[in-house]
Amino acid sequence: MSNQVATPPALDVVNLSKHYELAGSWFSNKQALVYAVDDVSFTLGRGETLGLVGESGCGKSTLGRTILRLVEPTSGTIRLEGEDITALSAQEMIARRQRLQVIFQDPYSSLNPRMRAGEIVGEPLTNFNRGTAAEQDERIAFLFKRVGLRPDQRQNFPHEFSGGQRQRLGIARALALGPSVIIGDEPVSALDVSVQAQVINLMMDLQDDYAISYLFIAHDLSVVRHISHRIAVMYLGQIVELATRQELFERPQHPYTQALLAAVPISHPRDRRKRITLKGDVESPINPPAGCRFHNRCPHAVAVCSQERPPLRPLSQDHAVACHLVV
Amino acid sequence: MTDNPLLSVDGLTVAFSSPDGPPVAAVQELSFSLNAGETLCIVGESGCGKSLTALSLMRLLPRPHGMIGAGRIMLEGRDIATASEADMRMLRGRAISMIFQEPMTSLNPVLTIGSQISEMVKVHEGLDETACRQRALDMLKLVRIPEPERRMDDYPHQLSGGMRQRVMIAMALVCDPKILLADEPTTALDVTIEAQILELIQDLKQRTGTAVILITHDFGVVAEMADRVLVMYAGRQIEQGTALELFDAPTHPYTQALMAAMPRFNAEGAQTRLKEIAGIVPALHERGQGCCFAPRCEKATRHCFDSMPPLRLMAGEHSVACWHAGSPQERHP
Repeated sequence: MSNQVATPPALDVVNLSKHYELAGSWFSNKQALVYAVDDVSFTLGRGETLGLVGESGCGKSTLGRTILRLVEPTSGTIRLEGEDITALSAQEMIARRQRLQVIFQDPYSSLNPRMRAGEIVGEPLTNFNRGTAAEQDERIAFLFKRVGLRPDQRQNFPHEFSGGQRQRLGIARALALGPSVIIGDEPVSALDVSVQAQVINLMMDLQDDYAISYLFIAHDLSVVRHISHRIAVMYLGQIVELATRQELFERPQHPYTQALLAAVPISHPRDRRKRITLKGDVESPINPPAGCRFHNRCPHAVAVCSQERPPLRPLSQDHAVACHLVV
Repeated sequence: MTDNPLLSVDGLTVAFSSPDGPPVAAVQELSFSLNAGETLCIVGESGCGKSLTALSLMRLLPRPHGMIGAGRIMLEGRDIATASEADMRMLRGRAISMIFQEPMTSLNPVLTIGSQISEMVKVHEGLDETACRQRALDMLKLVRIPEPERRMDDYPHQLSGGMRQRVMIAMALVCDPKILLADEPTTALDVTIEAQILELIQDLKQRTGTAVILITHDFGVVAEMADRVLVMYAGRQIEQGTALELFDAPTHPYTQALMAAMPRFNAEGAQTRLKEIAGIVPALHERGQGCCFAPRCEKATRHCFDSMPPLRLMAGEHSVACWHAGSPQERHP
């Protein structure tokens, strides 16, 4: 993280929302709104990893895609290294993608099966006319080596690679133009444990070498804990807690964060205990409950929780929480 | 361990016929036993043969290419490996039941969940409509589905993932089987829902005395649930023991590496390098005559590549298949 006041953060997201309209039924004019992302604000420092955790349907992937401008925000502001990119046209956005890249969860469906590995990794270089053909070639070979693939595998097609190798290809492609921010949408969730460790290590090494900032979206708390400097917890479209890794794991304040941490399986049979499990399922983001979105499942909810939405308030410099009951 | 286990598997080999050559073995010489009321976890990464092991216990191997090549699966004095299809139909659901990772693909989308659970009772116990429905309703209550009367007439798509897995469990347990086989039952679920389902399985096990075989890739789930653990790699069992033995002194290099590769078990703490296991699981046709893990193992010597280490008893119930596993004294200080 940079401490220089003059340098704007890698990403600055302010009051960002993405609401989807659901088509009403044939017989009614009522329109339902899906509050996929609702009034989310955070910053991502340079060379920092911000982990974004939450359960399925909490809006974490939509948030990532909105920041990438792959889906259009309903309202709010996205700044990339100080530049407001919220309203840029698709054409203008293309140039910004050199600095803002993405790695997807499923390394198979995000690689074109008819392109050779070398073409996949080199495509960004061709698109942006980076150097001569010979220079591009050299860069591709370098990228292959950098992510732990053999340069002679450039002639292979995606199906000839294992899952972990495909994810390395995805990383090499994201790396090709030297981006400052990479959004990883569950980049290791589809991988086996032993391969997952390889990819996590690779991502951390690359951050050390190139000071890349990661927005690391995942549902696995132990992975997020390992890789992140700070962590944001999302519930039904909103950030309910945002803190440094150590703060979040040692002093979780929001009842949802506490439940999420309590639900993580233990690491030794001797630690078995009766757990406090949350009742019920995550509610629908279609017309979500008024007030605090978690109040229906919260073991501590009081009257005000169902009436007023708690804002995300700072408790200290490195800890913010959205709960009426935390003072 | 009691003298007469509920289930005992002896030398199980699962093979697939191959168009060009002899059948390829996907699971080899697997032996284990399961006592009444016990939870056995089978752990391993994808492709290690854990799901095939479960499918062969149910005799549901993909036909026509999958087959039990050798071995016995003794359940209450009867060998499942050679039982007739008619016998198997009576055993499935009543003696041994299975739940799967993705409940949506295992439930019939065009039947209500009430009728799907009732069908089990009707087939196995021949009760009349009302009695079957009542049993199904009781079962939905037992797996803690809210408003069970209303939910009886719901279709699978109307339920959340966690609720569907509860329905699967209700269906699996409605005829009081001796063994519940659960193949990655919580892998598709969110952590808070996973915690609910694991707690439910634990609770039902205590209430009904059903033995559980839980298949998972997650050592966290093992730590939470297992009485005994069996670790598989490339179709073979490489380590087994009680949960405490295995977590106190993981001995096979693969078990050790797998634990070290998980961020949760990483003793060094966050923001350090995780231990990697180089390479990937070998494909079926790439498995040599030596230890399957040798190509990825830090301790491997010539001997490891040349000959397959047998499963040797180290201490208590803890056995390991590794030439480099030391004597019990060295490992259990």
